[in-house]
Amino acid sequence: MTAQVITVTSGKGGVGKTTAVANLATALAADGRKVVCIDGDIGLRNLDVIMGLENRIVYDIVDVIEGRCKLKQAMIRDKHYPDLYLIPAAQTRDKNAVSPSDMIRICKDLRPDTDFVIIDSPAGIERGFRNAIAAADRVLVVTNPEVSAVRDADRVVGILEAEEKGTPALILNRLNPTLVRNNDMLSAEDVLDLLGIKLIGIVPEDESVIIGSNRGAPVVTDPKSRAGRAFRNIAKRIQGQDVPFMDLDQQSGLWGAIQKLTGRK
Amino acid sequence: MNWFTRKRSAESAKERLQLVLVHDRTDLTPAQLEALKDDLLKAISRYIDIDPDAVQIGLERDGRSQRLVADIPLRSVSRHRAG
Repeated sequence: MTAQVITVTSGKGGVGKTTAVANLATALAADGRKVVCIDGDIGLRNLDVIMGLENRIVYDIVDVIEGRCKLKQAMIRDKHYPDLYLIPAAQTRDKNAVSPSDMIRICKDLRPDTDFVIIDSPAGIERGFRNAIAAADRVLVVTNPEVSAVRDADRVVGILEAEEKGTPALILNRLNPTLVRNNDMLSAEDVLDLLGIKLIGIVPEDESVIIGSNRGAPVVTDPKSRAGRAFRNIAKRIQGQDVPFMDLDQQSGLWGAIQKLTGRK
Repeated sequence: MNWFTRKRSAESAKERLQLVLVHDRTDLTPAQLEALKDDLLKAISRYIDIDPDAVQIGLERDGRSQRLVADIPLRSVSRHRAG
């Protein structure tokens, strides 16, 4: 096998990059793929806590680059999926401890016996971002349906095109269907029209994401979570399957039934 | 603003983003665009008679590419021929 390297980036911070990486990696591992995720946010590592692996870190990516350990020693095995690994970021160093060629070399070493390498990019468009995209075969841009997040996503898409990384695909995260229905939130169509790129998934706003982060268990493992289902669908699309987009407009429970009866959309 | 008559915020968001993105992508400020328009009109006026008030020049988006679109009505030249 030879791995596909996928970088998840966004421009703006706080839109859900790390959550997306943890969930997509877990979903791919649940589908039987061998997955290594790399936390590219040197100095502000977080992928370890989101995946619930913070207590298992011995070595990090900077230890690998500076020769203090072998690549395998820095790969932390997931608690539930034996074919899912995390290479954590260094917490006490800064982004200059890693170069784009370091990332290319690490990914080259991982490629032969991995299906997917998923890189969590830091926010911004500086060194850490450049490191994160250096080895990417494919880039996913995460954004929220908000003016600042969409604007920053557009900058990132422009840079990726200028760097000849191809046009990335979009993950629209934290969409609130009720607000969209009331025309108080940009719709998926609006965001796609503004950014001019193709969509790989829409993730509805969902409290279970926070509960999952609290526990260090990505929501894709929760069969009832709508966000979890959205991420599982994106993982299938990454694997080349044609999965229809979820109907986010459906209402559930009593309130939904009342709205349907009264014809209120 | 009255809740029933207010413009829904998604529409404002989209309109504002459309403008911001065009300027971000072209690295052209609204002031520079105005200067560009003035220069264009001056250059064109040296060759043909145009009506500066009817001119429309602006940036438009087409997917991920931008284009500078100019609609420049020409003044009739019939009076010159007659003379």
